[in-house]
This record gives sequence, C-alpha cells and structure tokens, in this order.
Amino acid sequence: MSIPRRLGILATVGIAGLVVPVVGLIVRTSWGRVLSDIGDASSAVRVSLVVSVIAVTLAVLTGVPIGWVLARGRFRGRTVLRAAVLLPIVLPPVVSGVALLAALGRNGSFGRWLDGAFSIGLPFTTAGAVVAAAFVAIPFVALVAEAGFRGVDAELEGVAATLGAGPWRRFRRIVLPQAAPALAAGIVLGWARAVGEFGATITFAGNLPGRTQTLPLAIFFELEQDPAAAFSLSFVLVVISLGMLLAARRAWMR
Amino acid sequence: MPILGVILAACSSGTDTLTVGAASSLTEVMDAVGDAFEGSGVIVSAAGSQVVAAQVREGAPLDVVVTADEATIDRLAAGGLLAGEPVRIAGNRLVIVVAAGNPKGVAGLADLVREDVTVVLAASQVPAGAYAAETLAAAGIVVSPASLEPSVRAVVAKVRLGEADAGLAYATDISADVAAVELPPGVGTDASYFAAVVGATSHPESARQFVDFLSSDRARAVFRTHGFAP
Repeated sequence: MSIPRRLGILATVGIAGLVVPVVGLIVRTSWGRVLSDIGDASSAVRVSLVVSVIAVTLAVLTGVPIGWVLARGRFRGRTVLRAAVLLPIVLPPVVSGVALLAALGRNGSFGRWLDGAFSIGLPFTTAGAVVAAAFVAIPFVALVAEAGFRGVDAELEGVAATLGAGPWRRFRRIVLPQAAPALAAGIVLGWARAVGEFGATITFAGNLPGRTQTLPLAIFFELEQDPAAAFSLSFVLVVISLGMLLAARRAWMR
Repeated sequence: MPILGVILAACSSGTDTLTVGAASSLTEVMDAVGDAFEGSGVIVSAAGSQVVAAQVREGAPLDVVVTADEATIDRLAAGGLLAGEPVRIAGNRLVIVVAAGNPKGVAGLADLVREDVTVVLAASQVPAGAYAAETLAAAGIVVSPASLEPSVRAVVAKVRLGEADAGLAYATDISADVAAVELPPGVGTDASYFAAVVGATSHPESARQFVDFLSSDRARAVFRTHGFAP
C-alpha cells in the first residue's frame, strides 16, 4: 500500500527528530572507554538492577491484577479508576516525586504513620528508590495487561466453567496462557520505565552513590564531572532500552 | 509558513535580551540585579553551577555565566568557551541550615554526625558541595549524608520539607521555614561568585556591559541588601 506523500514527508521529519539525538549520542560516545566507564559506575549499575528488578516484581504482582480488574470488572467508576491508575504514565516525573514526598515523606500523611508505627522512613533509602520506580512501572504493566486480558477468548472460559473449573483455576489455566505475550510485553516495558526513572527518584529518594544513585542519576551528575563518561553510560542505557523494546515487540507478536 | 516565522522570531528573543546562566544560590538576587541594569532586559536561568557550565559547554544560548566558585568558571575559560577573564562579583558564607526553631538542637558541625540528625549536602560537583566537603574536612568531621543534592537550593528544600534535619548551605539561602546555625569565625570556606561573557554570545557588547555592571557599586548594593558578602 502506498503512503500519501504529505504523510510521508511529515513522518520523515518526525522520525528525523526522534532519531537524530540518539545518533548524536552514539557519535559522541568514545567506544574505547564504554566498558571501563561501566566498571567505574558499578555501584550505580548495581543500584539500578536491584531497584528496577524489585520494582518490576511489585509491578507484576499488583499491575497484572489491576489489569484484570480493569478488563473484566463491571462496576461504577471503572473509567475513573483506570484514569487514576494510569495517571503516573502521563504525570511529569517530578510531580510523581512531589506526590510521593507529600504522602510518604517524613512529614507526609502516610509517611508519618509508617515512621511512627514501624520506624520505616522511605526518603533517602533504596526502598524509596524502589517505590519511585514501582510508582511509574505499575501503570505500564496494568495498561498492557488490561489490553492482553481483553483479547482473551471468553467462550473458552465459559466452557471451562461448565466443566467445573473455579475462577482461580480458569484464570491460571485459560486466561494467563492466552494473555502471556501481552503480559511479557508489559513486564518488559514496565522494567524499562523503572530503569529509566529519574525525576521521581531524585525528588523522593535523593542521590547517594551505592544507595539511591541509579544509572540515570549517575549520568546526570557525571555530565559535569566527566562528560565522556556520561555519554558512555547514556549509550549503554540506549542499548538496553532498545533491546527491551525489541524484546517487548517480539513477546507481543508471539 | 507564517506561523513558523513567528515562532522563530520569538525564539531569537528580540534584539537585546540577555540570558544569564547563574548558580542556583543567585536565583533571586540576579533578578534584582537584572532589574537594576539599564541596558538590555535580563532573563535568569538558574541551576547548579555545574549544570550551568555543562550548558555552556554544550552550546546553550547563554550570554553571561555566573558560577559560585572559581574552579567551575576556570574550566570553562580553559576550554576557550569564555570571552575575557572571569571577574569576582560577590561572596557568600556557609551556614548550617536547620528547620525553623532548630528542633534537633544542632549547635555546630559536630552535631552533624549524630545518629538522629539526617544530613543532606550538595554533591561534590556543586560548588556548595565542594565548599561543604572542604569545611567538614578542615574541621575533621566525617558526615554520612543521606543524599548529595544537585544544587544548594535542593539541600535547603529537603530541610524545609522536613525530610532532612540539617544541611550546609549559603547564608543567603535561608528563607521562611528554615533557620541558620552560624559557623564560628574562621570555620567554613567562603564562597566567591565569578561572572564572565560566554564566547558564543550573539550579544557580546551588552553581555560585556552586564558583566561590568555586576561589579559596579550599584550591583554591589543589590547583592548587599540580599545578604551577600562583598
């Protein structure tokens, strides 16, 4: 099918705008030092891995059920609930950070209670960085999971029900296998978002190497100290992110 | 394409508006100094000095740069990114910033090591962070900060929000909801602000006039009323 000329031109302009910065980054990267720069940033790599893996685990444990509720729930206010749950996707990350501080900070409504009842303080801790990353990752998983669950053949479920399968068994044996590609894509996208989180993290969890300084934060501070290292680390994140996108696409298409 | 033309014209910001990249501790005073300047209009873009420097290095359209230390602006000069020598325009001093009323009873630097005092500092790339590290090292005090913030204003914000109990910031950063615990005379590295014309400026004349103005008696008076040292 041919593409109308006007659309083609506009698309080309848009694609150039999206690709040029990444190409610029690749051109500025000094290949010889990428590996040693990652080595120097090993504590940020470790924090990023720990934070993003725990965050995406939380996102799967809660986001998949949310997706199910949104896809199958028949109740008033579902549209409002969906908007509320997906809000962090469109919120400016710094606003997410401010909101987390307002709720879970030392003087926040829940934070004060957490501190009083369990002496748990989230700001400035790795757990706080996990909360910031999960806050933005959960909606991604929920959004994609909902789409996946909507594609599940309801008739099969009906058949299973007449054969005496209970709701949990039907969910596990009929629904999950069918929605698996979408769920896998959602997990990868949620993980990518958790790895890339910056604004909410620096606002809510602060910046301390080895504790809350993730790769994006390390890049931000490295840009002054050693710009070449910032380019190396950015390049690494581009590669990881691209890999995740391709993986998500494959999972989705399976 | 008339619309595009309008947008481009707006972006080039008229004939004579200077954009000044300034250390975050200068946020308010620079606006006031800009108002007192009778030449061009002045727009202040405030961030940590290290961020401003990185912007200059990456070719941001800044006409004048003002940092909170000499090292950061000297690196720009060494990179051939400035027109003319940086000039010292004002000074500042470090204080311990605590919540209003000083609920944790912080009396001096030694209290910053207390278990029950959550301390945040500016990152070492930020001039205030470097001054803080120098001050603590000179006093022989080893602090475990909870966070290394991207600007001195972020340090004050964390104390103001109650997330941190204490931090090191400039005397001029003290505002509502926070209080200063002064360091004894002779303790604490004094800060110096330096200004220079950015080499790539498209307004070299007025940028030069503004930098000259920054060290004039008129500008010094504005700095003084905002609590800065000469």
